[in-house]
Amino acid sequence: MALLEVKDLEVYYGVIQALKGISFEVNKGEIVTLIGANGAGKTTTMQSIMGLIPAKAGSVTYNGQDITKMPGHKIVHLGMTQVPEGRHVFQELTVYENLIMGAYTQKDQKQVKRDIEEIYTRFPRLGERKNQIAGTLSGGEQQMLAMGRAMMCHPDLLMLDEPSMGLSPLLVDQVFDIIKDYHKQGTTILLVEQNAGKSLAVSDRAYVLENGRIVLSGTGEELLKSDEVKKAYLGG
Amino acid sequence: MDILTTLINGLSQGGVYAMIAIGYTMVYGIAKMLNFAHGDIIMVGGYTLLIFLNMTGNPLIAIAAAIVLCIVLGVVIEKVAYKPLRGASPLAVLITAIGVSYLLQSIAQITQGSNAKMVTFGDMGVLKFGELVIQTKTVVTLISTIVIMVALSIFIKYSKTGRAMIATSEDRAATQLMGINVNKIITITFAIGSALAALAGFFSLLETPQISSTFGAMPGIKAFTAAVIGGIGSIPGAMFGGILLGLIECFTAKVPAIAPYTGAIEFGILIIILLVKPSGILGKKRREKV
Ligand SMILES: Nc1ncnc2c1ncn2[C@@H]1O[C@H](COP(=O)(O)OP(=O)(O)O)[C@@H](O)[C@H]1O
Ligand SMILES: [Mg+2]
Repeated sequence: MALLEVKDLEVYYGVIQALKGISFEVNKGEIVTLIGANGAGKTTTMQSIMGLIPAKAGSVTYNGQDITKMPGHKIVHLGMTQVPEGRHVFQELTVYENLIMGAYTQKDQKQVKRDIEEIYTRFPRLGERKNQIAGTLSGGEQQMLAMGRAMMCHPDLLMLDEPSMGLSPLLVDQVFDIIKDYHKQGTTILLVEQNAGKSLAVSDRAYVLENGRIVLSGTGEELLKSDEVKKAYLGG
Repeated sequence: MDILTTLINGLSQGGVYAMIAIGYTMVYGIAKMLNFAHGDIIMVGGYTLLIFLNMTGNPLIAIAAAIVLCIVLGVVIEKVAYKPLRGASPLAVLITAIGVSYLLQSIAQITQGSNAKMVTFGDMGVLKFGELVIQTKTVVTLISTIVIMVALSIFIKYSKTGRAMIATSEDRAATQLMGINVNKIITITFAIGSALAALAGFFSLLETPQISSTFGAMPGIKAFTAAVIGGIGSIPGAMFGGILLGLIECFTAKVPAIAPYTGAIEFGILIIILLVKPSGILGKKRREKV
């Protein structure tokens, strides 16, 4: 049984249909990527799965449970969360407070402390800036903070919406290293990217989204070699 | 000595405005709406005080009853009148809030009559510090408002719920991604605002022991002005704005030549602030989303 199963999902913004019935699944332990151009419907898919935008039709099942109509905060309690597009760290809170917010669902305060220390070790820049207001961090630091914050709730499934957007090549590599790291620790990953090359290289499987429809799917390797993907997303 | 007395009076009056302004500003920041019925919660609190004072003769019981009833009222109003409008146009929400305000005033007029009633808590006497003579009730109000504001600031900064309130005011979707029930945070915000309104009603009656159905209107408008001057959405801003208005009020009242223009001065400051720094003195410019 798939950990996450999306079936015939349709989402509208007013009268505009952003998702025209998409189906895909993520199995436990996988890294799955949705690639697609700007406006293809990647963010809409993520937000609809997460209960932040209502679905007009179709269903989302997590761990065998129908979560199509479940509000977002409850879904987080089931063990799934998201690093949203554009990071969305809490600008007015400090680095430390942002991480504490990430641990909102956690009961064991000693574990929370250990998790925060671990994040400071993994991201020394965040440790140095722990009492700094998050709004003053650089884009890269904010991305690290958003990723650290999401891990504070120990998700079984982590969704990342364009985590490499707007970052320098060095930082992009770092972001993908962290994703691989989280995956190694046992987190299942659903990734959304425009950076098709790097994301397909780390993916077990991937889907190509175009105008609210899935037009192609396969293993990461297969798609990397596919002519259509090469033409549309890998610059030749 | 006279200046010192006026200063203490001004701070005390300002503290009461600040408490009301905090309710306005918190609801604005977190629920993203102007709750124009906020002043009328003060009025309901005032009548509750009166009724329970007559019933039990015990001011503490009366205060507790007013706080509880105002919390329930604030939460119910949010659920029934505002929550269904979440996502609706701000104008629709604003008109609803004004409607709720008139509804509360009308209910008060029907059940309590249209004549003003006296609410007396007994004379607390005066305190003398050498030359300085000051009303005990003024000192009680001043100290209480300081304690309440400090406690609230600590709660917001250090408690889990308080931080969730800051997070909600900043980014509702991201807050949900933390597993936080945003609707619950909004309910808590209305509850806190309403409890503060009940307390403000008590302190106002301590100063001027008379209540009618429009009892909350003027303090409501003043507190709203204070919140905007300080920067709507900002709690320190509401405190600052409230205390500023209290001081202006008490000092202008001392100068016969300008005393009649107190209101004009206060609202004049509001207009200047809106022109010069629309985000208020302590308000931050919100980064517009792209
Ligand atoms: N809030 C919105 N209101 C109206 N249309 C939207 C909104 N968000 C996205 N869309 C539209 O939905 C489509 C999919 O957008 P999105 O999911 O953001 O794509 P992607 O993340 O792949 O870039 C686009 O055509 C976009 O213009
Ligand atoms: Mg997107």
